[in-house]
Amino acid sequence: MRLRDVGFLCVVLGCGLATGRGVIRSASPVRGPLREVAARPEVSARVDEAFRRSWTDQGIEPASPADELTVMRRLSLGLAGTVPSLEEVRRFEAIEPGKRVDAWLDVLLRDRRTADHLAERFARAFVGVEGGPFIVFRRRRFTTWLSDAIMENRPYSAIVRELIAEQGIWTDHPAVNFVTVTRDEMTQRPDPDRLAARVSRAFLGVRIDCAQCHDHPFQPWKQADFRGLAAFFGGVRSNLRGVSDAKNEYRPLDRKTKEPIDVEPTVPSHPELLPAEGPPRERLASWVVDSRNPYFARAAVNRVWAVLVGRPLVDPIDELPAAADTPPALDLLAADFVEHGHDLRRLIRAIASTEVYRLESVDLPEEAVSPNDETWAAFPMTRLRPEQVAGGLAQSASISTLGPGSSWPSRFVAYVDGNNFVRRYGDAGEDEFSPLGGTLPQRLLMMNGELVKKKTRGDFFNASRRIADLAPDGSKAVELAYLCVLSRRPSDEEAAHFTPRLQGAKRDDRINLIADLFWTLLNSAEFSWNH
Amino acid sequence: MHLDRRGFLTTLAGLSWMTPAAELLARQAEKTDGPAGSIILLWLGGGPSQLETFDPHPDSNAAGGTKAIATAVKGVSLAAGYDRLAEEMGSIALIRSMTSKEGDHERGTYMLKTGYRPDPTVIHPSIGAICCHELPTGTTDIPRHVSILTGQWPSRGGFLGGEYDAFQVDDPKGKLPDVVTPVALGRDSQRALDLDVVNRAFARRRTARVEATLHQRSVAAARAMMSSEQLKAFDVSREPAEIRAEYGDSPFGRGCLAARRLVEVGVRCVEVTLNGWDSHVNNHEIHRRQAGILDPAFAALIRDLRRRDLLERTIVLCCGEFGRTPRINPFGGRDHWTNGFSLALAGGGLRSGFALGETDPEGVKDPTSPIPVADVHATILTSLGLDPSRENIAPVTSRPIKLSEGRRIPELLA
Repeated sequence: MRLRDVGFLCVVLGCGLATGRGVIRSASPVRGPLREVAARPEVSARVDEAFRRSWTDQGIEPASPADELTVMRRLSLGLAGTVPSLEEVRRFEAIEPGKRVDAWLDVLLRDRRTADHLAERFARAFVGVEGGPFIVFRRRRFTTWLSDAIMENRPYSAIVRELIAEQGIWTDHPAVNFVTVTRDEMTQRPDPDRLAARVSRAFLGVRIDCAQCHDHPFQPWKQADFRGLAAFFGGVRSNLRGVSDAKNEYRPLDRKTKEPIDVEPTVPSHPELLPAEGPPRERLASWVVDSRNPYFARAAVNRVWAVLVGRPLVDPIDELPAAADTPPALDLLAADFVEHGHDLRRLIRAIASTEVYRLESVDLPEEAVSPNDETWAAFPMTRLRPEQVAGGLAQSASISTLGPGSSWPSRFVAYVDGNNFVRRYGDAGEDEFSPLGGTLPQRLLMMNGELVKKKTRGDFFNASRRIADLAPDGSKAVELAYLCVLSRRPSDEEAAHFTPRLQGAKRDDRINLIADLFWTLLNSAEFSWNH
Repeated sequence: MHLDRRGFLTTLAGLSWMTPAAELLARQAEKTDGPAGSIILLWLGGGPSQLETFDPHPDSNAAGGTKAIATAVKGVSLAAGYDRLAEEMGSIALIRSMTSKEGDHERGTYMLKTGYRPDPTVIHPSIGAICCHELPTGTTDIPRHVSILTGQWPSRGGFLGGEYDAFQVDDPKGKLPDVVTPVALGRDSQRALDLDVVNRAFARRRTARVEATLHQRSVAAARAMMSSEQLKAFDVSREPAEIRAEYGDSPFGRGCLAARRLVEVGVRCVEVTLNGWDSHVNNHEIHRRQAGILDPAFAALIRDLRRRDLLERTIVLCCGEFGRTPRINPFGGRDHWTNGFSLALAGGGLRSGFALGETDPEGVKDPTSPIPVADVHATILTSLGLDPSRENIAPVTSRPIKLSEGRRIPELLA
C-alpha cells in the first residue's frame, strides 16, 4: 500500500470514528426556525423590582447599564460558550441600537452551539465529568441527546422525567446513561446511593447525600430520607440488554446492628405528591418534576442563572435552603418557570432580560468583592471555564463564526485542539461554579503554549494574518484585533499605545506586530474573565 | 553576537555550571524550614500486590510461586526482585496491615492521596497540597507541588484551591512544557509591557475586582518561573552518568532523580508515578517487570538522599491505591484487595528497619494491628511538624476539616 492510500484510509476511518462519537452530526438542525424577536417575559420586571427594593433597603446605588457589546459578549459566553466572532459583531452592529441585545439573544437561543453548550453544562450536573463504566456508559451520546432536546425546547420536566425513569439500551435511549454511569463493578448494578445523591443534587438542588451516613447537621434531612430516596433505585438493573427494573434489592446496613435492613421507597418532603401506583422510578420521576414540588423549579433556575451569569443566585448551587430563605428573584423566576411548562428558553430570556444581567461589572463604593457576598448591584466578574477559554481562543483567531456551520475538517481539528487544551488547562470538573483562582500552569499555557502560538502566529487562516493583509491602516488593525479578542474597541490610551508602532511597518513586521497584539489581548485578565 | 532568549539562557546555564547555584539555593531553603521539609510520593498506580512486593508469604498457597529474599534487616524479607531495596531496608519502615474501604481505582487513589474517603460535599486536598499550604513558602520560584509522569488522578489542591494542584510534568528526559517563550527575547518583553497597558485599561473603574482576580500575581509568578535558575532541577541530564545509571534507565527512574533535585531546591512535594500494577491477568509477570523499574529507582533515591543529608528532612512514601487478593484468579492474576495491603516509608526522621503488622498467609483472617490509611497521613504530617488535628475551613460550606482524622502511629515516631 502506498503512503497516500494509508493517508486516505486514516481520513476515512477518522471521519467514521468522529461521526460515531457524535463530533460530526448530520441529521440535526443547526438553527431553529426564525421568528419575530420575542417579547421580554413579564417576570423580568418583577425580578428587577425585587432587586431594586433590596438595594434601596441596603442603601446601595447600582452600577450603570453596560454597553451593548459587553452584554453581547456575556450572552455569547453564557449561551454559545465562546466569545462572539468579528462576523457576529458586524451583524450585531447592523441591528438598530436599543434592539440589538434582545435580537441577539433570540439568535443565540436558536443556535446549535447554544444547545451543545447548555447540554454540556447540564451533563456535568447529571452524569459528572468522568468517562464512566466502559461499554455501558456513553457520555457523547448522552450530551448529543440532551442537546437535541434543548434544541427542540422540550420542557425541562420532560427531560428530567426521562432521565430518572427511562429503560432500554444506552445508545438507543441515551437518557438511561444517567443510570448506567453509576454502575458498580462489585455488585454489577447501578448504585442506588449515588443515584439518590444525583437526583437530589442535580434536580432538587439539595445535598441530601450528606445524610448518607448520618442525619444532616444543619438541614432537615435524615439518614432515613436518603435511604428512602435510594430505595426507588433498588430494583434497577443494567446489563448488555440495557437498563431494566426488577425486584428491590436495596438493603443498606443498619448503623447500630450492622445488619442489612429493608427500606421502603419514600420521598424526603411533600409525600402527598408521590403517586401511589406505578413502577418505582416512574413514581419518583413524577414526584421530582411535579409543579408543586418547590425544589425542582428553584434548582433549575439557580443552575440556569449560574450558567448565564457565572455564579448561582444561591451558593453552593446544590444546597438550596430548605426553609423559605431563598432570594425573591429565585422564587419569582421559579414560579414563572412552572407556570410556563418548564420552558428553558423562556427562563433564559427572562434572566438575560433583567436589569442585573445588563449592569456594568464595576467596583461599587464600599462594596465587598468577596464572591460569597453578592448584592448583584453590579454584574459579577467570574473566571471563564476552561472550555470557554478554549472556545474563545479558537474563535478570536477566526474572522468567521466557528460552529456547526464551519467545514467539518476545521471542526474536527477544533475539537481535538480544544480537548487537548482543556485537558492541559485543567477541567473545572463538576464543581464548575467554584470561585477559586487561576493556576500557574494555566498562565504558562496561555503565554507559551502550543495552541496560543498556533492561533496567534501569521498563518494564512489566522485572524492576525488576515487583519495584517486587509486592514487599511494601523488604527483599523488595532481596532479589529480588539474586536476579535475582547469584543470591544480600544480605549484612546490603548490605541495611542499600539497604533504608532504599526505605522510604516513592512509586511512581515506588520504581521508579527499584530500577532503580538493578539497574544497580549489573549493574556489579559479581561479575556479570561466574564465581566 | 546574536542574542536571543535561548542563547542567553544557554550562556547563563554554562556559567552557573561553575557556580554551585543549586546548592546555595538548597542551603537557603534549609534555613527557613522546620523539622522535615518535603515529601516524595512514589505512586504505584493500579494497586500493587503486597505479596509480590513488601509482604511475601513464599510458603503459602497464596504466593502462587513467589519467592522471598532476605534483607539487611533480620527477620524482614521482601519479594524476589527487590535486591537493591533489600540492602536499604535499614532505612525503610514497612506497614503490612493497611486497611481501607475503597476498592475502586479512583476512590482508592483519592483515599490514599488525601487520607479521606471520597465525599460528594467536599474535595479534600492531597497530602502534598496540605504541606504546601501549611509549611513556609521558602525561596522557590518554581511550583512547590510537582507531579512527574502524572497518572489519571494527580494530586489536587481540592478545597485549598487550584494553586495547590500538582504541577504536572512528563519524563524528565524531555523538555518542560510551556516555560520557554516561543518568540525572541525582545518580542517577549515587549509583549509583557503591552500586557500591563491592556490590564490597566480593564482595571479602570474596577480596581478592586481586578485585584481579586489575582491575575497580575499569577502572571508575575509565571514569568518568575520562566527565568528561574531552579528550573534546572528538572533537568536530570546534568547529573553524572553513574548517578543516572543507579536510578535506572526508565522514565520512573529519571522521575525519582528529578524528585531528589527538586527537593534540593526547596520543592515541598514531588509525586512520581509508576503505572501498570493492575494485575488482574498475569500477575507474576507484571510484577517481575515492575520490580525491575521500582527496585533500582527507590533504592537509589534513598541512597542518594542519605548521601546528600536530605533523607532526615525528606519523607519517602511508596504505595498504590490498594493491594491484591491472596488468591490467584483463573487468569493467573490477582484482584483488588483492601484488607491487609502494604506500603513503605523512609526518611523524615521516622523510625525504620522494621515491618509493622502481619497478614494471614492465606488471607483468610484479618491482619494483626490493622492500620487505617488516615493514620499514615497523621504520622507523616506529625513528622513534618504539623498538627494533624489543625482544622482548615472549606470554602462555601464553611465546614472545618482537619488536616487528617487519623491517629499518629507511635511505632513510627521515635
